[in-house]
Amino acid sequence: MLKIRGLSKRFGQKAAVDDVTLDIPAGSFIGVIGRSGAGKSTLLRMINRLIDASDGSIQFGDVDVTRLKGQALRDWRSDCAMIFQQFNLVGRLDVLTNVLTGRLNHVPSWQALLKLWSADDKAIALAALDQFDMGQLAAQRTDSLSGGQQQRVAIARALVQEPKMILADEPIASLDPRNTRLVMDALLRINRHYGITVLCNLHSLELARGYCDRLIGMAAGKVVFDGLPGELTEDVARELYGLEAGDVMDDAAPPVLVPGMAPEIAQLIQA
Amino acid sequence: MASTVARLPDAQLEPLARAYKDALAAKQRQILIGIATLVVALFVAGYMAEVRIGEFLRHIDRFPTYIVRLFFLDTGASVFTDIGEWFWGWKHWLKLLVETMLIAYTGTFLGALAAFVLSFVISANLSRTAWLRISVKRFLEFCRTVPELVFALIFVVAFGLGPVPGVLAIAIHTMGALGKQFSEVVENIDMKPVEGITATGATWWETVRFAAVPQVLSNFASYALLRFEINVRGAAVMGFVGAGGIGQDLIEAIRKFYNSDVSAILILIIVAVMLIDLGTERLRHALLGKERS
Repeated sequence: MLKIRGLSKRFGQKAAVDDVTLDIPAGSFIGVIGRSGAGKSTLLRMINRLIDASDGSIQFGDVDVTRLKGQALRDWRSDCAMIFQQFNLVGRLDVLTNVLTGRLNHVPSWQALLKLWSADDKAIALAALDQFDMGQLAAQRTDSLSGGQQQRVAIARALVQEPKMILADEPIASLDPRNTRLVMDALLRINRHYGITVLCNLHSLELARGYCDRLIGMAAGKVVFDGLPGELTEDVARELYGLEAGDVMDDAAPPVLVPGMAPEIAQLIQA
Repeated sequence: MASTVARLPDAQLEPLARAYKDALAAKQRQILIGIATLVVALFVAGYMAEVRIGEFLRHIDRFPTYIVRLFFLDTGASVFTDIGEWFWGWKHWLKLLVETMLIAYTGTFLGALAAFVLSFVISANLSRTAWLRISVKRFLEFCRTVPELVFALIFVVAFGLGPVPGVLAIAIHTMGALGKQFSEVVENIDMKPVEGITATGATWWETVRFAAVPQVLSNFASYALLRFEINVRGAAVMGFVGAGGIGQDLIEAIRKFYNSDVSAILILIIVAVMLIDLGTERLRHALLGKERS
């Protein structure tokens, strides 16, 4: 169980995340929705401490995440693997090495720096890749892969961290509809099979409703909705997206069409 | 010829033309002021540094005559009449030339190694400890502002004559110069992989190893090769202060007026430097070409 209490992040005068309080039970698949700039990404980055919070606390069991340092902080980061919108892989390394970087916290530093991966680590990484039908691409340079393939490599990297939780920051925002399905299905499978908590930022309401057990709506840094996908009525959605720009929602016929979403995904929703 | 531009009546044209002329005149004024400042500064600098044009002109003939004298043997015959006599010491000189290259190579290698490690410590985007970054940066600044020859002199006093002081002097200067260039390369990398590796729970050095190094390696190699070219030239004069290499024989020949030896050694140095330049240039282009693909 992850307990977030009064969490805030200010950049200068502007609060990106403003006094957020949430409980994330273990094993759940939670979608964080809202317009871009609502603070979803900042919230996720504070959880794994890529960004430090200005205020508030994050508690995991009896660990105060906001105060972690050194090895304890690295262990925590390894425990809550992150998946990024832009994949954040190292394009010039081969696919398997990228997956193996997920093992860095499990391997002695001197071994890692010399790239002396154990046979065991390689086996784990290959298995993770093969799970997404990517085993035969292990030796390819990562930047030669398509976006969808790269995101699956990134998920494999996250998996070999053996995380307790996966933070996915708009994982499908740069993918086409087919890869969107593949990636979301992969996340769902990880959640259902291994019981790993998934906290996923999504732009698309339709996908969020389809995949998540629970939705958290954010606007202007605050949590404005927290409930089951079924409770997210058109009115709530309109309110959620309308808080920042009411006029944008007015002429967008079905409320599930999020302003600014990629046209391919919009088509997918309409189909 | 039919024109696609309708000519404006003069009344309309005149204000536009005048505005353009005025704008141009302002720019020209600025350029003139700039040139005038430059000329005044030149004279002031010349006066302060006691640069005497008269003196220079009176003795200007000595310069070409010295060069011409370099090409005559002690017997008074032109060096081209007896190439064997001109390059009489070639075996010895080649040995010294190889020593010069080795000084440059070892110095560049050691300096580049240190610069490689330190460049990540001082790059603004990766560094996490401000005081460490600032102090290492200042240290590298010191290393590259003090001329190599000064370092070499100091080390000759400390370690005695020979190539070791030369290697150390070049290594220290190279560390300072390459450390800065390397860190600028590091500051231009894509930070997304860095974020990605950090998020796996990797240590700082692991993040550098896996997210930064693959992005900078070919650029680093290219800069190091360029520095090697420069260091070969630097190593050629290390012998002036007794720090090994061919410079020792060159300065002796100059001081003792062994004119034909000076020209022979200079020609050997120039040929060697040109060959190194050509070789490293090829290598660098190959590296950068690989980079782009």
